[in-house]
Amino acid sequence: MPGGSARWLLLAAVLVLVLPLEGTTVSETGSTPAPPRDPDHHGGHHGGNATKKAFPVLELDYDHIHTPFEISLWVLLASLMKLGFHLIPRLSSIVPESCLLITVGLLVGGLIKLAGEDVPPVLNSQLFFLCLLPPIILDAGYFLPIRPFMENLGTILMFAVVGTLWNSFFVGGLLYGVCQLQPTNSSILNDIELLPCLLFGSIVSAVDPVAVLAVFEEIHINELLHILVFGESLLNDAVTVVLYHLFDEYASVGTVTMTDAVLGVLCFLVVAVGGVLVGAVYGILAAFTSRFTSHTRVIEPLFVFVYSYMAYLSAEMFHLSGIMALIACGAVMRPYVEANISHKSHTTIKYFLKMWSSVSETLIFIFLGVATVDGKHAWNWTFVTVTVILCLIGRVIGVVGLTFIINKFRIVKLTTKDQFIIAYGGLRGAIAFSLGFLLDKVRYAEIREMFLTAIITVVFFTVFVQGMTIKPLVELLAVKKKQEAKRSINEEIHTQFLDHLLTGIEDICGHYGHHHWKDKLNRFNKKYVKKCLIAGERSKEPQLIAFYHKMEMKQAIELVESGGGVKLPPSVPSTVSMQNIQPKKPPPAERALPQLPKGREDEIRKILRGNLQKTRQRLRSYNRHTLVADPFEDGLNDLLLKKHKMIELEKKVKMSNYLTVPAAPPDSPTIARARLASDPQAYNMKQIDSVPTIQVDLASPQSPDSLNLLDELQRANQRGQSQRREQEEDEEEEEEVQGLMMRPPHRGGDKTEDGAPMGKEQRLMRCLSDPGPSAEEDEDEPFLS
Amino acid sequence: MGASRSRTENPEIQDLSDQTGFSSEQIRILHRRFRQLSGDEETISKENLEKIQALDKNPIRNQIIEAFFDKRNQKDGKVGSFEEIGFEQFVKVMSHFRPPNLKMTDEDKEAMRREKLRFLFNMHDTDNDGTITLDEYRKVVEELLSKSGAIGPDVAKAISDAAMLEVASINMPHMEPDDFYEGITFEHFEQILKGLEMESRMNIRFLDVDTSTMHCGKSQ
Repeated sequence: MPGGSARWLLLAAVLVLVLPLEGTTVSETGSTPAPPRDPDHHGGHHGGNATKKAFPVLELDYDHIHTPFEISLWVLLASLMKLGFHLIPRLSSIVPESCLLITVGLLVGGLIKLAGEDVPPVLNSQLFFLCLLPPIILDAGYFLPIRPFMENLGTILMFAVVGTLWNSFFVGGLLYGVCQLQPTNSSILNDIELLPCLLFGSIVSAVDPVAVLAVFEEIHINELLHILVFGESLLNDAVTVVLYHLFDEYASVGTVTMTDAVLGVLCFLVVAVGGVLVGAVYGILAAFTSRFTSHTRVIEPLFVFVYSYMAYLSAEMFHLSGIMALIACGAVMRPYVEANISHKSHTTIKYFLKMWSSVSETLIFIFLGVATVDGKHAWNWTFVTVTVILCLIGRVIGVVGLTFIINKFRIVKLTTKDQFIIAYGGLRGAIAFSLGFLLDKVRYAEIREMFLTAIITVVFFTVFVQGMTIKPLVELLAVKKKQEAKRSINEEIHTQFLDHLLTGIEDICGHYGHHHWKDKLNRFNKKYVKKCLIAGERSKEPQLIAFYHKMEMKQAIELVESGGGVKLPPSVPSTVSMQNIQPKKPPPAERALPQLPKGREDEIRKILRGNLQKTRQRLRSYNRHTLVADPFEDGLNDLLLKKHKMIELEKKVKMSNYLTVPAAPPDSPTIARARLASDPQAYNMKQIDSVPTIQVDLASPQSPDSLNLLDELQRANQRGQSQRREQEEDEEEEEEVQGLMMRPPHRGGDKTEDGAPMGKEQRLMRCLSDPGPSAEEDEDEPFLS
Repeated sequence: MGASRSRTENPEIQDLSDQTGFSSEQIRILHRRFRQLSGDEETISKENLEKIQALDKNPIRNQIIEAFFDKRNQKDGKVGSFEEIGFEQFVKVMSHFRPPNLKMTDEDKEAMRREKLRFLFNMHDTDNDGTITLDEYRKVVEELLSKSGAIGPDVAKAISDAAMLEVASINMPHMEPDDFYEGITFEHFEQILKGLEMESRMNIRFLDVDTSTMHCGKSQ
């Protein structure tokens, strides 16, 4: 297939071009430094002693830029690799990306070494912990599904804390035992003390969030298992940090007393709780800041990123758990920030986080490969194999044992299948490697290399073997997969309903359970916290309504993106419209509308269908200024109206049969009027003799971005006149769009005429369900009209 | 407190336990609570439940209380509502909130899910015609939003209309413009709430009833 060979060529080209470049840049840095420059070389010669050289027209000054250049080159390599893998169709479904990336890293490292150069110390811990890890963790924390996380918090904590402790001691202790059993003179194993072994155990037993994310993203298991393993990998950071420092401190001394152990426990509490508090404080600061950003929308995403990063750094400063701080920060700020920021900022944040975390992850795995090639390795068969086996066994025993205890407290018990996946999903990754790297070179002179080799082996084993086989195993065991279904409004209504119901039943039972406290927290949140942190009217908006708005927005955007009338969005594959749902009224004596002769109907249908297919959209190019002062933010009403008409049109326009110029079924005058008022095509029903000149406005190019969240709307001062003006401006702009334009007949009166006393919220709702200004409307209208 | 723990005879407890799936310990605890709520009477009426202070803040309070007195939830085929209920009926209603246990087969879980969904359905279908009409649904949404401050009637209407539209679209995708979607039947209701996994969510813990949190029925 021609496409296939093109892909191979591209991949080959990428490899050929980039790798030698890597080699040369490395060699450049390794080579002798550039000849010393005369400080005023560029400014010409002043001293009389210097010999005159020809004025350099073009010169190569690599030193000047070499660090950023190398960094960019690595990032480029990582991204091109990622690109390449997805071009090869079958490979990405068999082998998880992480494995492929490590392999690439190995290749690159190998190539560099072959070129005779020193491999750059890429996985140095500073770089890793300060630059590569935070984006991944922030991405995870910001998009953490709070509900399942909180519901399973007890289980997750058990696995994270007790499980990691168990693993460390099991692996460390048994390893020490094995080492002691070795004959004294044959290997250095015998010399290893207990504490270094325990230190090693603590490094190697922590489940790694990066690896877990990388592998679990591709297997799409159900939410419960995903959150359990992933939550565990995040929360075990505190335990790892404490154990690491504890054992590291005392490894040279040789003993750990009871006091030290108690202090260790205390330290753990401080580290964990402290980390969360630091994160929460920064999160609240970020939420509060976002309250005031309505005039400077462009920098909104920046606040999210900077506050989070500062939370991480602050926590690291005190040796608290940076990961937990980052998670807490993201999770705390999200609901408030999202209520305050514009839709564009939300998209920006989402995509930037995904981009950074993706690049970070790719880089981490590549560096893992490179560092493997680089490091001095001390391969010791016994040590390595025993480590790997102990890790596996320890994990399994830990999970099974803990589940047995946990199941006594859970409502929904964990089955054997679940336990297997949890145990099998305990992957180790780059964090373990970096922690190993951090080991002091002097104190652990001989054994450091051995430790590093063992760690790398465990990491490789888990990532390659477990990572590759988990997908087929999941299929084999028929583990429940993630449900792809979109959140529907019915589910949202019933989730809320269920919450209240369960709280009520608990109250009737007289028992202050889970739901009772959750309810109390929610009420506290609504009453005090939201008022502080969310700007304007949104603070009072109940969750259901917020959800409903979001859903509306999504549907509208989907509609626009799917190209208007040509393709129906998959979420509405049905012919149901509001007409079907309205209760019937008894038929009146006479019909409200004259019936269209059949021939006319067909003509009209043909015209509409033909014109719809010609619709095209043109995107406007953006500049920073349009983003900032978008005139259409105020004209949102009109766009929403048009969007609604579009939706209505969508629902009614079908491939064949009946179109939306139907003969109205016999109806009472009220219903008929309501439908007329809402039915765009019906506006022109009066001029039946001529073919109605219906123009369909299918997608104003500004719609997606002008559909700023409704908070824009609410904050903008709704002046009736400005709306009118905007509408006219609007229509002029839209003439650029080819295709049909539909205009509702301009009727007199203002949009907001019916309801001067209505608050802003009411007006908003009115706008959504209001098809257009109409003096005659005095009854409720069907919603999606 | 701890007053007349008139021990219902053991065979009765056993009987109830078999019927509802609670353990005898749980039934005893529930009995204690029942006596509290009823003020040591044999039956409780709506007023007894309305006196519970904690329920005041609950937006769907009335529906919950109604559900206890709804004959349909007794699973014996009758309709209508009681004036007062005895302990047996109380426990039967509570049994809808039992969690599934590990030994349940998939069919058992299905049956349990259906039972819980039926309970929810009955709560919505107030006129007991087997369908949830648009008006009934609208009322549900209004009640949900009732404690959230001043919301206009249009909002609830809009949301319930959208929800109804969704149900209709999913269950009966091809309707002629003249067709009329009567209301959500139980099958449709099941269909739209398939994703929520009721058997795992609609549960409360029964064994952790802490005596210190119980107040005398009268003082609440």
